[in-house]
Amino acid sequence: MSLNWQPSCSLELIQLRAKLLHEIRTYFYVNNVLEVETPLLCHSVGTDPYLEYFTSHYSIPSRDYYLQSSPEFAMKRLLAANTGSIYQITKAFRNGESGRYHNPEFTLLEWYRTGFDLQQLMDDVESLLTPLLTVECCSGKAERITYVDVFKNYTGLNALQFDAAEYQACADKLGFPEATQLCALDHAAWLDFLFSHVVQQHLGVARLCMVFDYPACLPSLARLKLNDTRVVERVELFIDGVELGNGFFELTDVNEQIRRFDQDIMHRKNNGAVKIDKDERFLAALHSGLPDCSGIAIGIDRLLMIISQKSAIDEVLAFPIENA
Amino acid sequence: MASYSTSEFKAGMKIMLDSDPCAIIENEFVKPGKGQAFNRVKIRNLKNGRVIERTFKSGESVEAADVVDIDMQYLYHDGEFFHFMQLDSFEQFQADENAVGDAKLWLKDQAMCIVTLWNNAPISITPPNFVELEVTDTDPGLKGDTSGGGGKPATLETGAVVRVPLFVQIGELLKIDTRTGEYVSRAKA
Repeated sequence: MSLNWQPSCSLELIQLRAKLLHEIRTYFYVNNVLEVETPLLCHSVGTDPYLEYFTSHYSIPSRDYYLQSSPEFAMKRLLAANTGSIYQITKAFRNGESGRYHNPEFTLLEWYRTGFDLQQLMDDVESLLTPLLTVECCSGKAERITYVDVFKNYTGLNALQFDAAEYQACADKLGFPEATQLCALDHAAWLDFLFSHVVQQHLGVARLCMVFDYPACLPSLARLKLNDTRVVERVELFIDGVELGNGFFELTDVNEQIRRFDQDIMHRKNNGAVKIDKDERFLAALHSGLPDCSGIAIGIDRLLMIISQKSAIDEVLAFPIENA
Repeated sequence: MASYSTSEFKAGMKIMLDSDPCAIIENEFVKPGKGQAFNRVKIRNLKNGRVIERTFKSGESVEAADVVDIDMQYLYHDGEFFHFMQLDSFEQFQADENAVGDAKLWLKDQAMCIVTLWNNAPISITPPNFVELEVTDTDPGLKGDTSGGGGKPATLETGAVVRVPLFVQIGELLKIDTRTGEYVSRAKA
């Protein structure tokens, strides 16, 4: 047999992963955050407009389950049951996502801190990551910048106010004439396009960069900012232009959550994406009361890429999808 | 008509873009957190050789280009067209100046080339990496010169002009790297 059975990453990387996971567990143990597990096979899944899912079939009783794309809803059900702050390290699955920074099956660190607002969560992220990041990959001090400021810096545009002509002129000037046809009059699509093509590569050069206060048209599961409802309490992490994580001061309002689900479901329908139903157990938990908390998920494989200074996710996985 | 989804994109794939056949050089999956996914693709236009970058929405379908590379023998130039033949089928194709481009500098009768066909018509010609061509004109060199030191222009049988060492004489056979257009060595006759 000449089939390639060997791991695609080095033994050193396998050891580095084990050490990283150990250090993360130690951090949360010391900080009194409870480690939990939630199912990989779920009745329901997120309604994210742009995710594709894996399903699996259970024989008796015959029904389909999703492979979870994020442990968020299950962890919030635990929070609603008064676990206090929790974390987990788990696999998540996203269909069709494969590339330099994507493997359809990947490892997530997700945690929630009860009583934390977004700034406190960023403090927490910084104190977890600083000791994990080696001097070689990250010599600079962590920085925090608002979405509006960073977007303005690299595009000159106002992220909160959509002006089709200005956005289009900017894309043309920067060499992306196709953006006009791809994004049309969809403000969120324009922000996604320009942020990922123009802004992101500059973020977190040899340091951790936390971009916060996202425009309200990119809400995901973040709550609106109290004193400025044009933005939501959302943060994303970047190092050397690589997106590492996404966090929120979590939405606890069940009616607003239902509204966002409906919006997502409508968006999926309009774009011909597979129909997803609302997770009713999650909504019931929200209805019973989710404590104020902030939470974030960090991609462990990408974190390993950064620490080990590898340029592709396949270099830090023992068996990437082609070889799984 | 055949088409590819962006999820099938990979280097070497031939697609239609702005009505021209193109080859994908590099494909990068770009996904902003929770947002729309894109494929950022580096593409070579097979008609003019230009390389551009273009972004597609992930999941979008793109028309496939009916492009194939075939080994053929160069036959002759009739003043307007260059004629090539597929050796196994004896099928002949004619390519215009545009398609042949700079390759004409290296085309010698009977030489094997790669002919790129789009919808069964030649759009570009790739000569072999190395060709052997005869010198038809060059200044008489200085006696005793070995290699190195300056050099001089020499005209080859195809009309190409390359820089050669001073010792090269008219009538000699030279080995040329067609990718750089540079002299490599004297060919052993």
